[in-house]
Amino acid sequence: MQEVPLETHDLTVAYDKRPVLYGVDVQVPEGKLVGIVGPNGAGKSTLIKAIMGIVPTTGGWVKVFGQSFAKNASRVGYVPQRESVDWDFPVNVMDVVLMGRYGRIGLMGRVSKADKEIAAESLDKVGMLPYAKRQISNLSGGQQQRVFLARALAQESDLYLMDEPFVGVDASTEAAIIELLRELKNRGKTILVVHHDLPTAQTYFDMLMLLNMRLVAFGPTEEVFTQELLQKTYGGRLTILSEVANKVREAK
Amino acid sequence: MKLDIGYVLRWWARTSSFAKATADRGAPRGVLAVLMGLAFAASAQGARIGDMQETVFVEQVWRFFTMKDAVVRTALLGSVFLGISCGLLGSFIVVRKLSLFGDTLSHAVLPGVAIGYLVAGQKDPVAIFIGATVAGVLGTVMVNLIKKTTHIKEDSSLGMVLAGFYGIGIVLMNRIQKLPTGTQSGVDKFLFGQAAALSSVEVWMIGGVALAAVVLVLVFYRQFLIGSFDIGFAKAMGLPAGLFHYLLMMLLAFTVVVSLQAVGAVLVSAMLVIPAASAYLLTERMHRMLILASVFGIFSGVLGAFFSFLGNSLPTGPLMVLAASSVFTLCFLFSPRHGLVSRWRKRRSREARIRNENTLKAIYQVRESHGFAGEGVKLTDLAERMNEPAADTRRRLADLVATGVCDLKEIEGKSFAFLNPDGWLKACAVVRNHRLWELYLTNQAEYEPDHVHDDAEVIEHVLGEETVRRLERLLDYPSEDPHGKLIPSLADVQRSLTQVSPGEKATGYRMPNQ
Ligand SMILES: Nc1ncnc2c1ncn2[C@@H]1O[C@H](COP(=O)(O)OP(=O)(O)OP(=O)(O)O)[C@@H](O)[C@H]1O
Ligand SMILES: [Mg+2]
Repeated sequence: MQEVPLETHDLTVAYDKRPVLYGVDVQVPEGKLVGIVGPNGAGKSTLIKAIMGIVPTTGGWVKVFGQSFAKNASRVGYVPQRESVDWDFPVNVMDVVLMGRYGRIGLMGRVSKADKEIAAESLDKVGMLPYAKRQISNLSGGQQQRVFLARALAQESDLYLMDEPFVGVDASTEAAIIELLRELKNRGKTILVVHHDLPTAQTYFDMLMLLNMRLVAFGPTEEVFTQELLQKTYGGRLTILSEVANKVREAK
Repeated sequence: MKLDIGYVLRWWARTSSFAKATADRGAPRGVLAVLMGLAFAASAQGARIGDMQETVFVEQVWRFFTMKDAVVRTALLGSVFLGISCGLLGSFIVVRKLSLFGDTLSHAVLPGVAIGYLVAGQKDPVAIFIGATVAGVLGTVMVNLIKKTTHIKEDSSLGMVLAGFYGIGIVLMNRIQKLPTGTQSGVDKFLFGQAAALSSVEVWMIGGVALAAVVLVLVFYRQFLIGSFDIGFAKAMGLPAGLFHYLLMMLLAFTVVVSLQAVGAVLVSAMLVIPAASAYLLTERMHRMLILASVFGIFSGVLGAFFSFLGNSLPTGPLMVLAASSVFTLCFLFSPRHGLVSRWRKRRSREARIRNENTLKAIYQVRESHGFAGEGVKLTDLAERMNEPAADTRRRLADLVATGVCDLKEIEGKSFAFLNPDGWLKACAVVRNHRLWELYLTNQAEYEPDHVHDDAEVIEHVLGEETVRRLERLLDYPSEDPHGKLIPSLADVQRSLTQVSPGEKATGYRMPNQ
């Protein structure tokens, strides 16, 4: 029987009683590259955080590989939004990537040689190995993003949740990262990516989750990427809407 | 209080045993005479300003460093422990941007101290510890309550709780002072600290907290690290990040509370922040920061206790903070990466380099304007090109000569500059950078040719070799800049350096015959 990497039912989240996400039901199949799109403040980051228990939920439930998140946390990798940390923090690139191993090391264990090798490999995959000893404040935005990606790779997970991994990344790096994600997917991993650019979203992802405080649509890209549904998602924002509508037309 | 070497010398001289020992070993008479003279001068002066005081001063120093005194031992031990826990916890405070929180916490404990005293009826360390902890927790809860229920921002609620609790504390302290036993109470010491007033129980408490801090940070270093850097990620890995956050806050609260007697409520937060901030300037790894901050903490603590002891029980807190601030000042000035002095030196050397590169470029241009005919460049031509008096150009050339890439020769009463191969290579490189960049801006970025010169003046000094290669590739190895001048290519320049064929038509890279 195939496992369901991620399933949510009636997932509801509120910050200080103000709901930002209502009743999200999704069932993400294994081995898919899934894009999460929606306007600013749509609750994309919130959804990801709620899945991992970083923000408390007010209703509904989440199952990761058929069990609670806490039980299967080690099977989930995470790339937070880059702005979520202080890049002047006194650590170097290797320190950060090694953090991806902490979940497996446990509370008291030590960082082993194998952990370091895995971290180095992950860095190599994103082309950042030469920067291993660099202090993180000396990195460009795109490099910081790649370090976060390497950290998630070092987690060696089966399900990845990535919050805007392409922000500040140049086109060639973006292509390389997408290549990397496809390779992960082909090895049976499931990857959810919050993404802001609609035209590329259409080409990158197998499935799309359209989100705006609620789940507008979720399904295979070719079924969901329609003018009507996008309008529903981005509704009320005329400029974006017309721009997107044009792009959609161009794409067809 | 004066720290005069004369005091010390005179004291040595006055101890007869020392004088005798020196004499016995047949020390030169001169030394003895000087010592005697000093002794005489000292006793004469001593008689005037009070012999007692000097003896007391040096004896105090002696007493402090030999640690014969139980009071000194307690104070010293307390300061060392305090330095360690303040350094460790302070490091986390600084990197988590919780300095203001630390400040609020340390002021909020004050009413608890007073109430602890009032309840116990005396200066009972345990009662005061409990009172202070409760008050600290209460203050923290209030900050969070204000933040959660209103839209007042955190810094404001921190400020309010700090001032409010501190005010209550001061009022209560005044009450206690007015009690019949009040003047002997010693509660006033909780404001600015008095290491000498530490009881052994209090030192045990400080030691306990320091030990707990060291052990916990050693064992759970990674948990504290990841919780401070990226708590969301820690939670996402299923680590009990919340638990470790509270553990850290608890350690912080205990550190503040047990440090009160030695540093005082007003300045505890300074002892948390300053050593850690100094360490932050020196290193870029968390574990080194923790070690350095502890060392600075110990140093400041001991120094503060020492001066307080010397100064007949001056308040310890301000002196410790003074010591810590001196350390910080040194780090601020001399830190290899972030220090003011090193930054200034770096800027100076960069400016000097740019100046030299501009001179090289001008030499290239003068030669170019003569079709690269002569090998030397006349100083007056150079001055004209640089649009400056000849005296300035001479200084400029002297600077260049000092870097070893240029010779200045007098020929028939005129000065000529000759670049050696190294200098010529550098000159070509600057010119190439400039012209490549101009070309890039006009060709690829589509600027007008008259818009690009100023920009290139800056860029030419910062383009790295890798970027230059990329630019050359991008522009398909161009030979002319937007103004129609030749661009010396890297390959050409290097070739011209190895094979000098005298007759070859100048593309600008032919070396002067040496
Ligand atoms: N910690 C928080 N406290 C209170 N409100 C929050 C918090 N984080 C997010 N919000 C609010 O929740 C809503 C959803 O935020 P979220 O960050 O999930 O949006 P998003 O879709 O990720 O947006 P973006 O594209 O800007 O990243 C927004 O209205 C935001 O203001
Ligand atoms: Mg977001």
